[in-house]
Amino acid sequence: MKKEQIRNFCIIAHIDHGKSTLADRILELTSSVELRDMEEQLLDNMDIERERGITIKARAVRLNYKAKNGETYVFNLIDTPGHVDFNYEVSRSLAACEGAILVVDASQGIEAQTLANTYLAIEHDLEVLPVVNKIDLPSADPQNACEEIENVIGIPALDAPRISAKMGTNIEEVLERVITDIPAPKGDDNAPLKALIFDSYYDQYKGVIIFVRVKEGTLKVGETIKMLATGAQFQTVEIGYMGATSLVPSGELKSGEVGYIAASIKDIGDTRVGDTVTSVEHPCSEPLEGYKKVNPMVYSGIYPTDGAKYPDLRDALEKLRLNDASLSFEPETSIALGFGFRCGFLGLLHMEIIAERLEREYNLDLITTAPSVIYKVTMTNGDVLYIDNPTNYPNPALIASAEEPVVSANILAPSEFVGNIMELCQDRRGTFKDMKYLDETRVELHYELPLNEIVYDFFDALKSRTRGYASFDYEMKGYQVSKLVKLDILLNGEVVDALSFIVHTDKAYARGRRICEKLKETIPRQLFEVPIQAAIGGKIIARETVKAMRKDVLAKCYGGDITRKKKLLEKQKEGKKKMRQLGSVEVPQEAFMSVLKLDE
Amino acid sequence: MCGIYIHIPFCKRKCIYCDFYSVCGSDKLYSGFVSALNNSIKNRADKRIKADTVYFGGGTPTVLKSSQLTSILNAVKHSFDVSSNAEITVEANPCTVTRESLSELFNGGFNRISFGIQSAVDRELSALSRLHNYKQAEEAVLNAERAGFTNISADIMIGIIDQTRESLIDSIERITSLPVSHISAYLLKVEENTPLDEMIKRDRSKIARIADDDELAERYLLMNRLLKEKGFLQYEISNFAKPGFESRHNLKYWRCEEYLGFGPHAHSYFDSKRYFEDCGVTQFIDRNGEPKITYTDTDVDKAEEYIMLSLRLAEGLDTDRLARLDKEGRYSNIVSNAMEINRLSYEKLINISEDGKHISLSERGFLVSNAVISRLLN
Repeated sequence: MKKEQIRNFCIIAHIDHGKSTLADRILELTSSVELRDMEEQLLDNMDIERERGITIKARAVRLNYKAKNGETYVFNLIDTPGHVDFNYEVSRSLAACEGAILVVDASQGIEAQTLANTYLAIEHDLEVLPVVNKIDLPSADPQNACEEIENVIGIPALDAPRISAKMGTNIEEVLERVITDIPAPKGDDNAPLKALIFDSYYDQYKGVIIFVRVKEGTLKVGETIKMLATGAQFQTVEIGYMGATSLVPSGELKSGEVGYIAASIKDIGDTRVGDTVTSVEHPCSEPLEGYKKVNPMVYSGIYPTDGAKYPDLRDALEKLRLNDASLSFEPETSIALGFGFRCGFLGLLHMEIIAERLEREYNLDLITTAPSVIYKVTMTNGDVLYIDNPTNYPNPALIASAEEPVVSANILAPSEFVGNIMELCQDRRGTFKDMKYLDETRVELHYELPLNEIVYDFFDALKSRTRGYASFDYEMKGYQVSKLVKLDILLNGEVVDALSFIVHTDKAYARGRRICEKLKETIPRQLFEVPIQAAIGGKIIARETVKAMRKDVLAKCYGGDITRKKKLLEKQKEGKKKMRQLGSVEVPQEAFMSVLKLDE
Repeated sequence: MCGIYIHIPFCKRKCIYCDFYSVCGSDKLYSGFVSALNNSIKNRADKRIKADTVYFGGGTPTVLKSSQLTSILNAVKHSFDVSSNAEITVEANPCTVTRESLSELFNGGFNRISFGIQSAVDRELSALSRLHNYKQAEEAVLNAERAGFTNISADIMIGIIDQTRESLIDSIERITSLPVSHISAYLLKVEENTPLDEMIKRDRSKIARIADDDELAERYLLMNRLLKEKGFLQYEISNFAKPGFESRHNLKYWRCEEYLGFGPHAHSYFDSKRYFEDCGVTQFIDRNGEPKITYTDTDVDKAEEYIMLSLRLAEGLDTDRLARLDKEGRYSNIVSNAMEINRLSYEKLINISEDGKHISLSERGFLVSNAVISRLLN
């Protein structure tokens, strides 16, 4: 295969702007998939991805396209996650490509995430090919979308293909433009091997499958390879490329090609995304640029509802980690919840996805505690502690100073909502940086926000204040000194450790009150009255009461059919299972997450 | 002593809140049913079984002719050793009886009759889609008295759409002024897949027209007080009687005594097994009363059932009896009045006798009986 006939590219788009649909059309048009195998949104092959319309893991597929000039081209389409939580994975996927198709919804225009990812693509010297999608919608304004791309991103877009991925309109034009606009890969097949890992997953039979882009040299089956960052060495067992529905062994991969390696690798931790693969015999001298170890941003406790399922939860987490090196966990105990795990996530979406997969794929009933960021606490004796669990927050008398992580946030929205957004950011202790008009109707706002203000419900709050029009993206900026306190929640007079959290002093009172109110809504009435209190140190700052239950079902018993009676009691028992017994109080699982949704 | 339950699964029209097994029948169906039912009773005949209660429930037994009901009762008497002072009850809908039919029933051997009156307010009766109005109910009770019945029961329902405290008091006053000696009072429960359930799902505003749980609890307590004033004492969660008029048949259910059921979907508890006739009317007739039994429990957990059932009674639970039934000591915490019992007693949800051997639900405890009982069972 000639390098001139290879094109490596990805698709950048905001959620729902049609990335996966476009990918499906491209797959159809290149006849890569038999119709019978065609399932909507083929690249998103996890159930959750299909349902949420998002890509969690990067995927890649190799396609053959017979162009109008008569030549057949090899396309490597690398699908990228769009969400900020997976920014690093995005950047590594981009690094495997020479170009990116930027899909913009003709009725919505550019969104914050798209912008962030497009900038990332430009940073990686990718050729960006803008495409305006959804021209079939009555509200579509392709001309405006093109102008916005030119104004905001500053790349020529007036001749951008105008397509409808849904209807299959003008898809061929996109493919032709991939050939003309996106450069072919470069590289020397005889140079020492340098391949970039951009994704990996665990296969039950073959072990870890690594997805790579060969930058220099040639990768051959049977060769011993080495991961530069981890130092791990393996003998390759199988090398090939990703067909649309299965892996196709090819024996070797040359520079410029995208493919996979199977080398009986047991631990996915040895194959970190961003690492460089080289040959042990002819190693390269320098790794590829840009590798970093991704660290969790958000921590949360995950507990089985049924304490006896603790070993099952551990097994499930271990299995999930086989496929997700960014998931970290270690055992922890809570007085309220028993044995569980403190888990680290890249962000809130990542956390939700893991929790959902544990419940769905491993059939577990879980309690997830409110997420916490990592606080940096300097003690009076000079020790520095990093606190990821509010329960471990030290006695305030021993703290010299406390710091919390802050992010630099970008919000894009129609200008009419600027007031609402500013109000929200102000309320979330944000610092205004600047504001830019993208055109007459859209603005870009730049704020610095404490991470703990956005991990809860910021995005939901933003959506509801902008009628769903705002989009949001952020990156870590660093730590800043802050006035923090630990807020405890008491049920029936006893502190529930799993409900404690750390909050800025100025917001402690309001948040404490709101949580008490929220818990009052979530905790069902029980036989006895349940007082709910919020406290800082020993001082009660808010109180609510769940009144005692007055009546349950009181129906006639007909003809001695006591099975109905039994069923009622069974139901009560089932209901109990979904509850956590804290002292004498039964608390539903949702209560532990209720602190998340205070903006309602 | 055993109880005999006869299920007559017919109604003129099914009430919108009812999810029990009954169908709207025809004369032809009725006669086929009666002969199948008589057969099923005769098939099970065993003179060694002594019975002191017979209960005709439904459905609406009185959609059948009095002569048909009497023939069934005779089949029962021929097949089992029914004591001469047995309590023999028939449930009736006020608009399915006449002075003559009631006399026939009384003369045929029935000595207790239970009317599904529900309310003395016609607007509430039509909200429940009952076929009768209060005037008819009143007449039916008086006719039953004239026919010779001295043991008459009436149902009262709490939680009807648009029912108010005042209208409930009115119903209680009016119904208790009739010659009744027993009241069954219960709270309307919206069962899934009933027309009422669908009605409410279609029109959520109807929910607001049913009093909330706190108010219903208040009304239940109010009713208890009123009934007590009128001499009706609560002997079970939803049953009240003048002394000596407690339903002996119903007590069997709560005292874990045996009963045999006949007719489609009729339940039995016999020889430590619980089972029911698992077929509909048509199949029942086709099989001509040949039993088709499904067991719900072949080895009844007597200790558990005793807790669950006895606590529905005002007399409550006898810890000595529980200790005898509970050989593995699973419920020793109840027997020994351990902490949980103390807490419930402190919260005035249960009463403990001075010697600590009798535990019963309080008035307020009755209202939350499921929660209390399931707490004790765990």
